[in-house]
Amino acid sequence: MTERKIVIPGEIIIENTEALPGENTIKKDDKIIAQKYGLAEISDKLIKVIALSGTYIPRRGNTIIGEVENVLFNGWLIDFNGAEKGFLSLTEVPMYVNKDGLEEVLKIGDMVTAKIWNINKRGTDLSIKSRGLGKIDGGIIVKVNSNKVPRIIGKEGSMVNLIKENTGCNLTVGQNGFVHITGESIEKELLAKKTVLFIEKNSMDSGLTESVTKIFTKN
Amino acid sequence: MTNEFKRPDGRKLTEMRPIAAQVGIIPNADGSAMFKSGKTIAYAAVYGPKEHHPRNKRNPKQGTLRCTYNMISFSVNDRIRPGLSRRSTEISKITEWAIAPALNLKSFPGMVIDVHINIIQADAGTRCAGINAAVMALAHAGIPMKDMVSSVSAGKLDKTLVIDLDKAEEDFEEGEGPTDIPVSMTHSGEVTHLQLDGKINKEELKEAINMAKTACEEIYEIQKKALKNVGKLIEGDKK
Repeated sequence: MTERKIVIPGEIIIENTEALPGENTIKKDDKIIAQKYGLAEISDKLIKVIALSGTYIPRRGNTIIGEVENVLFNGWLIDFNGAEKGFLSLTEVPMYVNKDGLEEVLKIGDMVTAKIWNINKRGTDLSIKSRGLGKIDGGIIVKVNSNKVPRIIGKEGSMVNLIKENTGCNLTVGQNGFVHITGESIEKELLAKKTVLFIEKNSMDSGLTESVTKIFTKN
Repeated sequence: MTNEFKRPDGRKLTEMRPIAAQVGIIPNADGSAMFKSGKTIAYAAVYGPKEHHPRNKRNPKQGTLRCTYNMISFSVNDRIRPGLSRRSTEISKITEWAIAPALNLKSFPGMVIDVHINIIQADAGTRCAGINAAVMALAHAGIPMKDMVSSVSAGKLDKTLVIDLDKAEEDFEEGEGPTDIPVSMTHSGEVTHLQLDGKINKEELKEAINMAKTACEEIYEIQKKALKNVGKLIEGDKK
């Protein structure tokens, strides 16, 4: 049993409770107080606030899509719409790269899918060593609010799979709010794009899956 | 004596001007809000947290709040010169100090949040309206915060304590003249900002702050309602 409601910073979510304060909340004299504007999820054991807005906060293990902003002597600087830039080191590329030939692999303006493998004081370190990561060739990139990404993915990827099955497109969803769509034809790609933007706009609605299915039956 | 005093616009002594608020009005900003108090209208836009430039101003211990208060040239009767002035720089700084205690600055070290406050129409109490709008915009932008801040100006006209002065009252010239006391406080009742322009004695100041506290409570309810209904114009109760 979880109850949901929108809370504002400083608002008392619940009083006289045994529950533990989760994300974006603190506990003060048996009261759980929100520390961020968002959707409070109230259950018997844990109370947390899910952010509804704001810039993307990088987390270790996230897959992100970003743009190469600069080529340095030992790697690339990637802009992924976070507060700070990410750094993709030469050693995190799964091939041999000549020290003078960094631009042959990735040049300024290229889009790249990467994974965050470490976050420290100096910045965010990226890697493209796993499968499915690397430079993006072709397709469409759609930018959405990064807080709506869980909605686009759905429960255990249900929403993404729904779009994949109905459009035949391949979708890569970056946690920072960039969605990469590749398909057989532009029409199918545009349909997938439309669906993604529809989900972003109507993310708060209940019965989202049904209304998304309706888009596909209409076309 | 207090009951005989008539305010220029016929309001009761503890009655604020009609207030209204709206959240999410600037689509390109990370968070935005509008706050209206009578004829005073303030717009606030929040960008960030983002990289702090210039780098030498960066604080590795905690994040920085950077406010910019600006009065649009057509906001007052006589056109004011656009751009920074002595007054706007000072109010920007005051706004930072009023809001910063309510933020969890420690959660984004080395970064900055930019808050741009624009006064579209001015009829006194612009710094208070600016603070109210900025706090809503900050919450809307998903900035970690401990509490909300509400701001109102209390005042004394001749010998009568009143709340939420407008321009006509600020220019009041009878008797002891006007005293303007802008107060900002968190919802839990901690004062984060207090200015005083004029003269007032200790007891009256205490009473003025108590009056501001009641008014702030009213503003808080509007701020809360506006944040829970993003994109809708929320108006205060008409009296």
